[in-house]
Amino acid sequence: MEEFTLPAPTKVNYLNAEYGLKSWLLTKDHKRIALLYLGSVTFFFFIGGVYAMLIRLELLTPQGDLLSSTTYNKVFTQHGIIMIFFFLIPAIPASLGNFLVPMMIGAKDLAFPRINLLSWYIYLAGGLITIYALIAGGVDTGWTFYAPYSTTFSNSYVILTGVGVFISGFSSILTGLNFIVTVHTMRAPGMTWFRMPLFIWAHYATALIMILGTPVVAITILLLAFERLTHVGIFDPAVGGDPVLFQHLFWFYSHPAVYIMVLPGMGIISELIANFSRKNIFGYSFVAFSSLAIAVFGFLVWGHHMFVSGQSVYAGMIFSFLSFAVAIPSAIKVFNWTATLYKGSISYDTPMLYALGFIGLFTIGGMTGLFLASIGLDVHVHDTYFIVAHFHYIMVGGTLLAYLGGLHYWWPKISGRMYPEGWGRFSALVVFIGFNLTFLPQFIAGYMGMPRRYHAYPPEFQVLNVLSSAGASILGVGLLIPMVYLIWSMRYGKSAEANPWHLPGLEWRTPSPPPTQNFLVTPVVTWEAYEFAPPEEMEVVGRLRRESGLDEAPIRG
Amino acid sequence: MQTWMPFLPERASSLSGKVDALYFYLSGVTIFFTLLISGTLIFFVIKYRRRSPYEIPRPIAGSHKLETLWSVIPLLIAMSMFVWGAQVYFEQARPPESPSEIFVVGKQWMWKLQHTTGQREINELHVPVGRKIKLIMTSEDTIHSFFIPAFRIKTDVLPGRYTTQWFEATKPGTYHLFCAEYCGMNHSGMIGSIVVMVPSEFDDWLSGNSSQQSPAIAGQQIYQSLGCVSCHGANGEGGRGPTLAGLFGGQVFLTSGETVKADEAYIRESIVNPQAKLVSGFGPIMPTFQGQVTEEQLLQILAFIKSLQVANPQPATPATGPMAPAPSAAATARPNLR
Amino acid sequence: MEQQREAGTLGMWVFLVTEIMFFGGMFFAYTLYRSKYPQAFASASNHLSLPLGAINTGVLILSSFTMALAVYSAQIGKRRNLIICLVLTIILGLSFLGIKAVEYKDKYVDNLIPGRLIPGRPFNAEGVHLLPGASTQNVEMFYWIYFAMTGMHALHMVIGVGLLSVILYFAVRGRYGPEYHNPVEISGLYWHFVDIIWIFLFPLLYLLGRHLAHGG
Repeated sequence: MEEFTLPAPTKVNYLNAEYGLKSWLLTKDHKRIALLYLGSVTFFFFIGGVYAMLIRLELLTPQGDLLSSTTYNKVFTQHGIIMIFFFLIPAIPASLGNFLVPMMIGAKDLAFPRINLLSWYIYLAGGLITIYALIAGGVDTGWTFYAPYSTTFSNSYVILTGVGVFISGFSSILTGLNFIVTVHTMRAPGMTWFRMPLFIWAHYATALIMILGTPVVAITILLLAFERLTHVGIFDPAVGGDPVLFQHLFWFYSHPAVYIMVLPGMGIISELIANFSRKNIFGYSFVAFSSLAIAVFGFLVWGHHMFVSGQSVYAGMIFSFLSFAVAIPSAIKVFNWTATLYKGSISYDTPMLYALGFIGLFTIGGMTGLFLASIGLDVHVHDTYFIVAHFHYIMVGGTLLAYLGGLHYWWPKISGRMYPEGWGRFSALVVFIGFNLTFLPQFIAGYMGMPRRYHAYPPEFQVLNVLSSAGASILGVGLLIPMVYLIWSMRYGKSAEANPWHLPGLEWRTPSPPPTQNFLVTPVVTWEAYEFAPPEEMEVVGRLRRESGLDEAPIRG
Repeated sequence: MQTWMPFLPERASSLSGKVDALYFYLSGVTIFFTLLISGTLIFFVIKYRRRSPYEIPRPIAGSHKLETLWSVIPLLIAMSMFVWGAQVYFEQARPPESPSEIFVVGKQWMWKLQHTTGQREINELHVPVGRKIKLIMTSEDTIHSFFIPAFRIKTDVLPGRYTTQWFEATKPGTYHLFCAEYCGMNHSGMIGSIVVMVPSEFDDWLSGNSSQQSPAIAGQQIYQSLGCVSCHGANGEGGRGPTLAGLFGGQVFLTSGETVKADEAYIRESIVNPQAKLVSGFGPIMPTFQGQVTEEQLLQILAFIKSLQVANPQPATPATGPMAPAPSAAATARPNLR
Repeated sequence: MEQQREAGTLGMWVFLVTEIMFFGGMFFAYTLYRSKYPQAFASASNHLSLPLGAINTGVLILSSFTMALAVYSAQIGKRRNLIICLVLTIILGLSFLGIKAVEYKDKYVDNLIPGRLIPGRPFNAEGVHLLPGASTQNVEMFYWIYFAMTGMHALHMVIGVGLLSVILYFAVRGRYGPEYHNPVEISGLYWHFVDIIWIFLFPLLYLLGRHLAHGG
């Protein structure tokens, strides 16, 4: 295996190459843009988290006694809007993706660096408009903005919030465009499609969904806004419109959107599992193609959000069938990840703990999705807490855990510092326990019939809600701890070398933190993905180790 | 509300047990695979933990056999879930023959219900055990959803349209009714009860409430007061307008050449948007009654029209005017009666 | 360099795909409501000016031709032809917008702007000959979709004219030749795309039910 000989942490890297606010706000460096995104998504996550805390506080008691009805309705709406549009969709692709996609394929930057910076400004503009709408009085339609409530009955800042979301959608489109063109045209010599890390495949598939799906929600929001302004009757049945049309247009994007949220997380998990067991991913091409399959199938299943909306029975059947089909590629990934661990050399570092947590929780979340694909069951659990629990298992137990794992894994590369491992493992455990305590009771409450978006509920659901709120406070603590120590480590953490985990990926063959142009010499790739050592070399090394008695545990085979 | 089993709502309809059985199957499969995967993960992670800092395991590229195995088996399991779910769904979606009907109007933030015998209820519905009941539902404002957990049924309630669902209650008791589609400020207050009674008690309840008019009688009064008689006849025998007696459930031949079924939605539309489906042989002279009748009144008119039998079918007189076809035997168009 | 040219072209194609999805949502809404209210849509469509719409279609097709000539001129290095063709394309684009403005003005005068967007001139379908079965409410719906789709299209035309003006500026400065003409090509791609959208819009909006108007 070729090893670039690297000096000690270089003096000049992307962080200190230039100083001053202008050098950050007008940067074209994808790594700096990634950090700009990292800061902003964390800010929005915090706001969404505060709303979550208010929800769980209110739901401690069956009566609606903490917040007024309208305020509660605004709180859950805004929790959803902020978390989905301003955290879950951009977090992994725009921070870790922006940082790593060029590095993993041996490129100096993305294909369109200025468009990358523009996408951050667009995101920020959309986010700030939305925050302004929240402060001005908020929106209470649910993040799903269903008509005719949103077009005709809601007295809240629907249009303003819609404009904020509309604008931030362009950020998504531009990021997706950038990734696609970069992967097609900027791979280093020798980096063929099937030598790329699976993180890249996952982001490529995500980018496809971003560019195909986001424009549809853009037009949907525009139509909603104009209907609200002019009442011509696109969605309002009182004037001849069809409210179910809104649902079709909305979910045509919003279902693929959930794959935008989870696919990058799966890409991270592939990296973590392979690298922390020192093995290539079992079934690499199957995992790669399953990312693409999820992207394609994801566009065909939107009607499963509308089984009880008055669709025809036959439409329901088709969507049900396809929804089962879309689960299969995800199952294939889970099996391949598990098989990768077989006869691996597994370490228990924080990123690996998050990855293992992901696999378990994503399995539960994904399989509870099957309950929803099965129409007979969905009729009962639709719009109950069962759904809430299902999507939080995927979004938090899946995407958020993957994000945290990836953040810890690449932290030395991004910041040049190591995070404190003990605290890392501890908070991973706290997050895992808190998360399950929060959302497992919600499956039960949902099947028992507790509807969602209720701020007062019949007393028999109280025990489950109290458990859930208790879990939420533990989860909250578990999420705050990394915020603290990651920031702490930027100043006081142990200095990291170029390749602190001793791994073969291209991103590790450059100093930590990297120089602005990523690689001092454009790499020429002659090895496969996750190739820890070429086979011939391994034979030699193994024999040498055994002969010299260096290792009690030589290469496993 | 006591449940006989923890984690499940009461089973109070003919469907509840079937939905629960499907739920147990899916839960079983989920628990099985969760334990399988997590167990395997934990086992591997312990057995293959790193023992020396420099060891490198032999790479294993993959196995087509395994990939096929764990693609096909989940696919088969998924298909079994699909088929079972579809079976349960067909039963939920297909109302049985000749059910009793109950009209439901949802509005912010209450449920208004009316039996065909005339009783009106607000946020409560009394039904007897063992009777097949079909709900015909609409909304006056936003989308709501009529959810009875104990019966395992739910259907959205839409403005401007009718949606239907059916159930057969099997166990006396009082069960939750929830609105399950967010509809604004008091969404969590739009709740009520379904009171299932033994048939004899139900009859008692009915007779105690019989002072109210049946929807069909109320509908007839509205029919007369709005002047429908002048074109459609006092008993729906037709005239300047198409015959209504015996219309419901049959086929209607339109000016555009299409044939449509005269179901609840067609009748409602013909009252609020008469030009949408012009009956062949008649001119566009019916005015719209949108804004002059409430959803409840529409349901009552519907009940009246359903009750109109074919007594002495009179040939309807086609309208004179620009739209009338030439009077020839073949071209004298009449709506096809059942 | 080659890789940048490839990247730029691919980037423009990917962007055009997003535009298709964007317009696609509106085409879907149009399809749904047309099938629900065919008479109203036909009535409203008949009231649009067929001559003006047809002229505009011809203008746009011609402008795509001049654009293609412009790209060709850049490829073979004929700077004068490139400039002429770009100027012609821009003029044709502006003509399209001008004719559109005339049509919009006619709608304003006839009180066919939907809703109460224009104070003092609420929507009024009196001037529209209603086919049997058409209701004025659904005629208003047609006009709403008409303005949304042609308005969005016109916005893209304005952006296109702006884009071509920038290209023209650099062409005059002599920047483009056989070795470097990628910006002209990808602007051409964008312009052709905007043209194609109109090719779909024209029959769907202007040619509905013309057969009903004459002799039905």
